[in-house]
Formats: sequence, C-alpha cells, structure tokens
Amino acid sequence: MLEIRDLSLHYGPHLALDRISVAIGKGETVVMLGANGAGKSSLLKAAAGLVRPDPGADIRFAGADIAGRPAHLVLEAGIALVPEGRGVFGDLTVEENLALGAYARRARAHGKASRELVYGLFPKLADRRRQFVNTMSGGEQQMVAIGRALMSKPDLLMLDEPSLGLAPVVVGELFAALGRVRESGLALLIVEQNVKMSLSIADRGYLLEAGRIVGEDTAAGLMNDDAVKRAFLGATV
Amino acid sequence: MTARTLIGLLVAGLVLAALAALPFFAGPYAVTLMIGMTGYVVLATAWGLFSGPTRYVSLATVAFFGIGAYTVGVLSETLPYPLVLLVAALIGLAVALVVGLSTLRLAGVYFVIFTFGLAELIRQLVTWYEVNVTGTLGRYIFLPVTPEGIYWQLLALAAATFLFSWGIGRTRWGLALKVIGDDEVVASHCGIDITRLKLALFAVSAVIITLVGAIQAPRWTYIEPSIVFNPTISFLTLIMALLGGADRLWGPLLGAIPLFLLFEWLSANFPNHYPIILGLVFIAIVFLLPKGVLAAVESRLRKGGAR
Repeated sequence: MLEIRDLSLHYGPHLALDRISVAIGKGETVVMLGANGAGKSSLLKAAAGLVRPDPGADIRFAGADIAGRPAHLVLEAGIALVPEGRGVFGDLTVEENLALGAYARRARAHGKASRELVYGLFPKLADRRRQFVNTMSGGEQQMVAIGRALMSKPDLLMLDEPSLGLAPVVVGELFAALGRVRESGLALLIVEQNVKMSLSIADRGYLLEAGRIVGEDTAAGLMNDDAVKRAFLGATV
Repeated sequence: MTARTLIGLLVAGLVLAALAALPFFAGPYAVTLMIGMTGYVVLATAWGLFSGPTRYVSLATVAFFGIGAYTVGVLSETLPYPLVLLVAALIGLAVALVVGLSTLRLAGVYFVIFTFGLAELIRQLVTWYEVNVTGTLGRYIFLPVTPEGIYWQLLALAAATFLFSWGIGRTRWGLALKVIGDDEVVASHCGIDITRLKLALFAVSAVIITLVGAIQAPRWTYIEPSIVFNPTISFLTLIMALLGGADRLWGPLLGAIPLFLLFEWLSANFPNHYPIILGLVFIAIVFLLPKGVLAAVESRLRKGGAR
C-alpha cells in the first residue's frame, strides 16, 4: 500500500535519511525502531508531506506518486498522521477537534459514521465531547489526537511516539485502543520508544540507525533479536 | 436559520438603518466624525479578519489604504467613479496576491518588518514615479461626492465586512480559521490547505482596506504620498484591533470606536503632545490588555463563575 524507495532527506548539510526503502501492506501494522536521531520522525514527516525529500525519492501510496505533495493532499490520498506531542487543538472541544479531522474532502460525507467509530473505540471521549481538550489528561488528549486522525477516514495511520510522556497504565490503554484500530482494518505505521508494547501489536518492524535501515523482521523475530534486546529491551545478552 | 440569528440580523439591520439616517439629523461635524470612525472600524475589522486567525501582525494596512487613495487620485478624471473603485480594488487584490504568495511563509517578526517595509517601499516608488516621470508630487481630487455619500459608502463597506466575517465563521472554513494560527502541522494534517487559506484571507482583507482608502480619498481634495501612506494609519489600525481583540468578530469595532474618539480629542486639544500620548496609549494597551478587552472580560466572567 505504502511503498517508499530511495528516500533521502537533507536538513541543510545534515543527512537525516539515507536512501531508505520501506513497504507497508494493506492492513499491516509496522513499527519503526531506532535510537533518538536515527531518522524515525523524519521518515514519517517525509511520508506525510511535512518535509520535502531529496529529488529521486519514490513514495507511492495505493499506486499514486505522493513524493513532495503538500500535507493536506497526502491526507486526501489516505494517510493520516498523529504528530509527536499532542496533535490536538487545546482551545477547542473534543467534538470540534473531531469535526476538524473530517475537514478533508475524502472524509466530509462520512463525518457522522466516523464519529460513531471514534466514540466506539474511545468511549471516554463520548462522555466528554463538549470538554475543552486542554483540560484533559495527556492520555485523553492522545486519544483525541488519534480520533481526530481517524476522522479523515485514512487507509494508513502514522503515529509518532504516541506513548511519549504518558503514565505506564495509560500507555497500556493506548496500545489496547491501537490494537482495536488495527482490527478495524487500517494499516498502521508506528514510531515508538516503547519497543515491547509496539512490537506486541505489530506484524513487522524495521530497525533504523543513523538514517539507514539496518534490519527488518517480523515482530516476533525482532522481539527475539539479540541486537534489539540489547539496544531496546534492556536485556544483558 | 435559528430564531436567535434572525433576531441578531434584524437588530444589526436596524442599527445600520439608524446609522445611515444620521446625516439627516446631525450636523456636518458629526458626519465628518462618523466618516473617520467608520473608516477605522472597517480598517480594524479587516485587519482582524486576516491577523486574528493567522496571528500575523501586519503593518501593511497603509500600503493598501494608500494604493486605494492614490488610484482615485490618478484615475478620478479619466474613469467614472464606480469604475475607479473597481480598479482600485483590483490593484489592491493584485498587490495582495503577489505580496502574500512571496511572504506568507515568513514567520513572526520577519513578517511584521516586511509589511512595514512594504508600505514604505510603495510610498517611495510612488514618490519616485511622480517626481521623475509625471513631474508632479501630489494630486487634486475633484469628485462630486458629498460627505454623506462617502459616509454611506463606508457604512455599506462596514456592513459587507461584518457580514463576510460572520458568514465565513459559519462555514467549513470557520473551523479551519480557528486553528490555522495554532498548530500548522496538525492543521495541515486535517486536510486544510493552510497557504491558500491564509492567502485568501490576506487578499480579502487587503481589498477591503484598499476600498477604505479609495472611498475616503475625495475627502482630502489634495493628496500626496506622505499623506495617504502615513504609517500612523497602520499603527492606529493595529492598536484598535488589539484593544478590542483581533480574533473576535466585534473586537476590532469595540477597540476602534473609543480609540478613534480619544485620538480625535487628543489631536484637537493637545496637538503638540499627540504623538507622545499616542505612544503611551500603545504601551498601556499592550501591557494591560495583551489579548484585548473582550478576552479580558470573558476571563473575568469565567473566574467569577467558577467562584
């Protein structure tokens, strides 16, 4: 569904991504693992149209060439992004945030159905639909952010560090919800520091290091990979 | 349409009718005063139309105001008056699109400085052109437009501006306007074409400002670049909108009326100290009411309600 080939990205003279190739199939959940500064977020930003990749990059989504398209058109193609931090508007209510999520042309006609879907996934939000988002907890805000992204009826949902700064018990809730999102048939691309959690709901994963893909395996394979264990899971192998 | 909006529109219509009838009851001084006040209400509201949602502080107000006035100065004897207004609006639109496309990617203080420079640049260009090409500086405007005529035109423009601001808030774009000044990454990933929305707002705001200049031009009889491109117009517009609150429909109006009256009184009674007092008022507003009167009242009410 999403096919990235030879994606390089420079920030000025600094090389953030070095000829990366990544593929995500329909309904697949893929995790990007890597240390800080490995290029995970840059990869998501390039795919989302927030930064312009170097010439020669080939990014295709459902057959369409989306390399270098501006963000709002990438969204129209079917890729939604939950950016790092809280991808919400704090001065608006839950309901207004969700309404904004359905702003895209592809989503307009389905606003009501999408809202029911989101409230089904996050029943907490339904009770608080009129609450201002900046009065909610970090975990709840992240759910609003995911709900907002789902409102655009994406085929692929990309999440940048969704568990960042959340309490462990909330992280558990979050991943349970992401598991439900996954079951609804969406493809997911997750960049996450919480390797254990993210691998538990993933099909496959990539290892990123200094802007290059250095490994690729099934989730189970990565979970048992010595290098991954050493680097991310705190094992002393 | 709900009963409430219907009543609101009705009240607005009545107020407009009452204001339009004013010249029949009040003297010429009142009309003069109302021309200035209505002009600034429109300027501040149009300024807020762009700068409220985008949070871009523009000092280009007088660039467009001057373009409007100067267009009338140049064309008033060659074209019929309505056509002159149309041409002025089109020139304002063209300049706004060119400027907008090239500068709306600038952020924060760079945009402020650029817009200030733009107004100065246009003034210098016009001056240069007049001195070197046409060999004059300053133009006479002899148009058979009465003060009442000017007042009614401004009133109509004010009504149109408010109707536009209010109407756009009720469309799909209204929601987008609430957030484009907030988080651009998230906004663009809601499917909002931020660049186009900003450009459209800038253009509409600029056209309205241009028209204010064009409509008011016949009041002066004689204009020259230093009069119609006077940067004080930009500063006054800015501070009026800020006093009321630029991100609300009625904010700029609430700021424009008292400040206009205050400045009128000051310039009549303290002509020599006027700029100093003006500066102090600017500082006081920015320090005491950084978000505007309406926001301050709202937060006061909210606090009172919570107690």
